[in-house]
Amino acid sequence: MSSEPPLMEVRNLRVYYPVRKGIFGGVAYVKAVDGVDLVLNKGDIFTLVGESGCGKTTLGKTIVGLVRPTGGEILYKGKNILKLSKREYLEYRRNVQIIHQDPFSSLNPTKTVFQTLSFPLKRWGIARSRRDLIEKVSELLSLVGLEPPEDFLFKYPHQLSGGQRQRVVVARAISVNPELIMADEPITMIDVSLRIGILDLLLDLQKRFNTAYLFITHDFGAARYFAAKGGGLIAVMYLGKIVEVGPAEDVIHDPLHPYTKVLMSAVPVPDPELSRKKKLLKLKSLDIPSPMNPPPGCRFNTRCPFSKPKCEKEEPPLVEVRKKHWAACWLYTS
Amino acid sequence: MPRNLLEVRSLRVLYKVHRGDVKAVDNVDLSVREGEILGVVGESGSGKSTLALAILRLLPKTARIANGHIYYKGEVDLAHSPENKLKEVRWKEISLIPQAALNALNPTLKIVDHFLETARAHGVHDRKWVIERASKLLSLLRLEPDRVLKSYPHELSGGMKQRVLIALAMLLEPTMLILDEPTTALDVLTQRFILDLLKDLHAKTNITMMFITHDIAVIADIADRMAVMYAGKVMEVGDVYTVFKEPKHPYSIALMKSIPSLTGSVEEMRSIPGTLPDLVNPPPGCRFWPRCPHAMDICKKEEPPTVELKPGHLVSCWLHARR
Ligand SMILES: Nc1ncnc2c1ncn2[C@@H]1O[C@H](COP(=O)(O)OP(=O)(O)OP(=O)(O)O)[C@@H](O)[C@H]1O
Ligand SMILES: Nc1ncnc2c1ncn2[C@@H]1O[C@H](COP(=O)(O)OP(=O)(O)O)[C@@H](O)[C@H]1O
Ligand code: SF4
Ligand code: SF4
Ligand SMILES: [Mg+2]
Ligand SMILES: [Mg+2]
Repeated sequence: MSSEPPLMEVRNLRVYYPVRKGIFGGVAYVKAVDGVDLVLNKGDIFTLVGESGCGKTTLGKTIVGLVRPTGGEILYKGKNILKLSKREYLEYRRNVQIIHQDPFSSLNPTKTVFQTLSFPLKRWGIARSRRDLIEKVSELLSLVGLEPPEDFLFKYPHQLSGGQRQRVVVARAISVNPELIMADEPITMIDVSLRIGILDLLLDLQKRFNTAYLFITHDFGAARYFAAKGGGLIAVMYLGKIVEVGPAEDVIHDPLHPYTKVLMSAVPVPDPELSRKKKLLKLKSLDIPSPMNPPPGCRFNTRCPFSKPKCEKEEPPLVEVRKKHWAACWLYTS
Repeated sequence: MPRNLLEVRSLRVLYKVHRGDVKAVDNVDLSVREGEILGVVGESGSGKSTLALAILRLLPKTARIANGHIYYKGEVDLAHSPENKLKEVRWKEISLIPQAALNALNPTLKIVDHFLETARAHGVHDRKWVIERASKLLSLLRLEPDRVLKSYPHELSGGMKQRVLIALAMLLEPTMLILDEPTTALDVLTQRFILDLLKDLHAKTNITMMFITHDIAVIADIADRMAVMYAGKVMEVGDVYTVFKEPKHPYSIALMKSIPSLTGSVEEMRSIPGTLPDLVNPPPGCRFWPRCPHAMDICKKEEPPTVELKPGHLVSCWLHARR
């Protein structure tokens, strides 16, 4: 056993956003993330899925240091990110990179591909002279499949397709050899036929450089593809909590938590016979409770088809039900 | 066999841009049969919305129908009808729920006023009839009519707004509904609910539907027949069971493999190499040849003919042309 601390560890993380209630009302809190634990080692793939508003982006942004946690701890190589020395903090910011959803707004329209990619290289002292920069940027472009690089070096974002732009964004993220990339819906804005290409590119970097990923998506097919091919985990979020986490194919084909079961039964599949034969697990209610006051007990009890009295009173803990497959549900613990 | 309610023939729609004309829909033939759900699937930019807007002649000013016909009930050619004739067809015969219509509801109008306004704009002034019909439709779509009619759009969730739009489109008892990406902006569970509602609605009213989406799994779930579009062209048409089981067009085959889905082996999924063509200067011949693994010389020069492989299964590809 190695004694080295994990690359990233999150303990009982909470992120509450204050919101005003009316003109005279006091402040209420949106509990976007409400008690999350996770561990990421080098080369790990951790995929977060869940309905809109369940807290995926907030969790991701908090881990990469863009949002300040309300409670709990985020440890980078064993040290709380809020207590890092200046040097350690710089190392953390360099080693943890971000890919946003929108390849259109995440590139500066007035800068060429070369300028965009040179910036981090200069900033982190990876290359300085123009010759070195051109060489290194060209290498990055080849790596992300923009070939021949000469054709792309001096293009502006508007001269690139969505898929090509997202490749530039990926090149920027990997230019500093990060240990972890947080990718928030990186393929949502990409043409359907090109999505797998971007995912394969990210997976290739995992293989070559042992890059770890925190991958966020609302698309279960994409989550499955990425986590299954990368040998990683899928975690399902509901109202600020992880309710199930496990190996990709286990979560998709043999889900434990009632919420995951409902989701899997609802997703259409590209096979007319299968898709129509699927038996939908009916929810008690379609409405997601407000994250400002989530239901007491198990947060899913207002919609869960299997809820029992205990579910309204006590919150179920996340327990290992099968090997490496965890769920937070009273059906599996007492 | 049910008759064709709508027949699109050799349709060509161009958008004027500074570089030239975007050939958004190019020489498209497509029929919609009475009482069916026709799925139209294609990637972003393949011309689906343009086709929908052209059918009701709701294209923006920069667009023009350069060629072709759109026959409705075998009589009217919508492509060449005057505005007053189109007014009789829109909403009363064919209703369109445009893409991204969720944000198109007027935020200052209560839902009930949306129904009344729509009716008034089409010459229906009987307030009582409108409210009764609206309530009936809303209940059919499992919404509480009283509460919803009194609400403002911002008080409703995305799924509720989508259902209001469907009810609104059905207000004047049209024969056909065109739904452009009706579930794209919705969560999985809301999408499932809307899909099941539409199936239920279809079973109860036998209304004809053209259902447009970029999500091939949604087509598998809801449509009777499907058309696959790519770069302004229809590549393959057939009943969904046939096309999913035995896709014949190289693009349909590649598209199906490129979807990361919950079924099938992840090892067999792969993206389509290359990128979508520029529709101002599309490649000559077959528009898919720059990305097609089977491209032959003739594909790069001549447009492939459409052949009927089995009754109702149409493919536009040189591989299947009898030469
Ligand atoms: N800056 C903010 N101020 C107040 N509330 C916020 C803020 N950012 C997010 N929220 C709220 O926090 C909750 C979680 O939002 P978050 O963006 O993390 O969800 P998500 O799972 O990424 O959703 P999506 O799939 O729609 O991207 C939501 O209720 C959201 O409205
Ligand atoms: N108003 C417009 N002006 C110029 N080009 C347009 C306009 N609307 C659509 N297009 C172009 O027409 C083609 C087809 O677009 P569209 O019908 O919206 O496709 P889809 O609905 O399949 O995504 C695309 O190349 C698109 O960029
Ligand atoms: S704890 Fe109870 S309410 Fe929550 S998911 Fe399990 S059965 Fe359902
Ligand atoms: S016509 Fe030729 S290029 Fe086009 S799809 Fe068929 S084989 Fe491929
Ligand atoms: Mg998000
Ligand atoms: Mg569209």
